[in-house]
Amino acid sequence: MKLTGAEILIKMIKDQGVDTIFGYPGGAVIDIYHELAKNPDLRHILVRHEQGAIHAADAYARASSTTGVALVTSGPGATNAVTGIASAHSDSIPLVVFTGQVPTALIGNDAFQEVDIVGITRPCTKHNYLVKDIKDLAKTINEAFFIAQSGRPGPVLVDLPKDIQQASIDFKDPGISLNSYKPTYKPNKKQIAKAVKLLTKAKKPIIFAGGGVISSKASEEVTKLAKMTNIPVTASLMGLGCFPGTDDLWLGMPGMHGTYRANMSIGECDLMLAVGVRFDDRVTGKIDQFAPNAKIIQIDIDPTSIHKNVEVLCPIVGDCKESLSMFIKILVEEQKEKPENAAWLKTISDWKSTTPLKYDQGKDIIKPQYVVEKLNEMTKGEAIITTEVGQNQMWAAQFYDFTKPNHFITSGGLGVMGFGLPAAIGAKAACPEKEVIDIAGDGSIQMNIQELMTAIEAKLSVKIVILNNQYLGMVRQWQEFFYDKVYASTGMSHAPDFVKLAQAYGAKGIRCSKPENVEKVLSEGLAHNGTVIMEFIVEKEESVYPMVPAGKAITEMLLV
Amino acid sequence: MNTNKYLLSILVDNEPGVLSRIAGLFSGRGFNIESLSVAATNKPEVSRLTMVTKCEPQIIEQIKKQLNKLINVITVNDLTEKRFIQRQLSLVKVNAQPDKRAEILRIVDIFRCKVIDVGLDHFTIEVSGDMEKLEAFLSLLKPMGIIEIASTGSIALARENGKKENGKQTK
Ligand SMILES: Cc1ncc(C[n+]2csc(CCOP(=O)(O)OP(=O)(O)O)c2C)c(N)n1
Repeated sequence: MKLTGAEILIKMIKDQGVDTIFGYPGGAVIDIYHELAKNPDLRHILVRHEQGAIHAADAYARASSTTGVALVTSGPGATNAVTGIASAHSDSIPLVVFTGQVPTALIGNDAFQEVDIVGITRPCTKHNYLVKDIKDLAKTINEAFFIAQSGRPGPVLVDLPKDIQQASIDFKDPGISLNSYKPTYKPNKKQIAKAVKLLTKAKKPIIFAGGGVISSKASEEVTKLAKMTNIPVTASLMGLGCFPGTDDLWLGMPGMHGTYRANMSIGECDLMLAVGVRFDDRVTGKIDQFAPNAKIIQIDIDPTSIHKNVEVLCPIVGDCKESLSMFIKILVEEQKEKPENAAWLKTISDWKSTTPLKYDQGKDIIKPQYVVEKLNEMTKGEAIITTEVGQNQMWAAQFYDFTKPNHFITSGGLGVMGFGLPAAIGAKAACPEKEVIDIAGDGSIQMNIQELMTAIEAKLSVKIVILNNQYLGMVRQWQEFFYDKVYASTGMSHAPDFVKLAQAYGAKGIRCSKPENVEKVLSEGLAHNGTVIMEFIVEKEESVYPMVPAGKAITEMLLV
Repeated sequence: MNTNKYLLSILVDNEPGVLSRIAGLFSGRGFNIESLSVAATNKPEVSRLTMVTKCEPQIIEQIKKQLNKLINVITVNDLTEKRFIQRQLSLVKVNAQPDKRAEILRIVDIFRCKVIDVGLDHFTIEVSGDMEKLEAFLSLLKPMGIIEIASTGSIALARENGKKENGKQTK
């Protein structure tokens, strides 16, 4: 059967099991849009800026554990998508992004709306393709999905010249033909046996879990292993939710704004089982004082993550889930005893009681932490939380008790302001039955505020909680601590009226400036059947604590 | 810092953009390329890239892993760990005043290279060999006054069943 390039694309996207894509049209993808119009069973969510399409697809992928798909036009459409692609790349999120391109005959001629998007995105995609022959189209689409989802996931971009979309060919599914791409899923059993021995001999062990646990769906295994062995767990920003935040073995997040007990545990542990983490500098602080006494076991599907930043005694290359299952099996078979770590757990619980996360909620001014804590209470820790970037993101990570994986969706590696709102829309599209809340700062929310219209049009009701401190708070905090309180260009007192802004888009807007009204406003906003902005006027110069100054050891924390 | 030279032989898909992926990986991660040579192999769909890089021992591990992670890289062979044969070709234009001509020709003879262009006051010499031979050759020519040099990158192949012996490479 003869199909056009555009028909092949839509058919193959559907064959992948994809039911929702995010995009924005233009001349170079008009043929694909024409085809989309004939396929109402493939939902297209029209964003208001291409960056929003990518963040939404990213969050869709995370909330649903599938692959996100986005479609944008050539030139400015493609360059607008780059920030989103780079964020997904940093966070290892499976995405396939289709970009329109000028016709093959014009490529290289500086044609209207031509950019070399394959060249531009080479360093921020897992892989990318320019399709120059209709014969290669089907194979390329298959490979793009396969590469995006397998091994360490990541974004793949496929650039589609207009004449390829229009050309026809006899369609048959060619499968894939990749010469050498074979991710290692099966771990080496000997290494695991060695790791089990190390683990059972440890006196002060901890588990450090990351985003890899969530992408390999290994939360259950992490939890089971921790419970079997009584080993406390910390998780990076990307790993939050992979272990219940309400459990006694939970240490909280480590790193620059980590909890006291998580950072101290890393400083003092004699063994660290690191699973699906990449030892980002925001977690490790001064690298040669990171876990100085620990033997490190590291499980990761990506060999480049091992020995990159820290020395690892027992590296295990493989899928986190498979590796942990094998770990648990060996523990059970050999009836290994729980490590002797009662004294260790006592030390940790002392750290927790002497130095918990804390803030003072007075009578007059709302503390941002209080809003997050109330939100946690009122949603029973079960909402999907997306965030913007800055203090809002850290308070969300600290004060919301994530109990399940795939419920905390944040731009971790790249830290993109403007991520949270489009991400909330993507998550809501994936999980319509869930409450989806963007915890935002007054600065970040203005970076992709236009996506309010997307939420309204697509009837994807999301809740936006703006913690309005009238500053680019996180940068202001650095200026306060390290730059003599010179608040250069971080004031945000010139801001729109967020309540009216919400109304202008057709959403509901509520403002709250008194601590005693926080609960009332939250419950009104959560109960509303539609998109809502809840703006909380909070303490202007509140800072995130603990804080490890850049370049210091993570045990050298500034405390409140 | 303790840096070594490494010789990598990398098989890649012979496709547009592959070289730029590899060059981009090196520049993006702050690795350096001393020399590079690329051409198709006996299989037209595969190219061989031979690269000399200078770095610390821990870094070479990252370089090899990062190269392997590129979808278009088929194999990465670190020849430094093996017995290998290596060649580089240089064209050397050297001052050749009448009183020096005989001596230059003697050196050319000893190193078994060829004079491929002769002028009133210069020779252009073609020399090939491993890096040590080329360095020795150039150091002898230097006093005569080298005008210009053009060199290829190294190319190399592992010797058959070649494990490195006593840490020494055989030529
Ligand atoms: C796109 C982008 N630009 C700049 C930054 C640098 N940056 C990090 S946090 C921050 C302040 C964010 O302010 P706001 O959204 O008001 O959040 P707050 O820290 O006050 O909670 C800035 C400017 C960034 N992360 N992303």
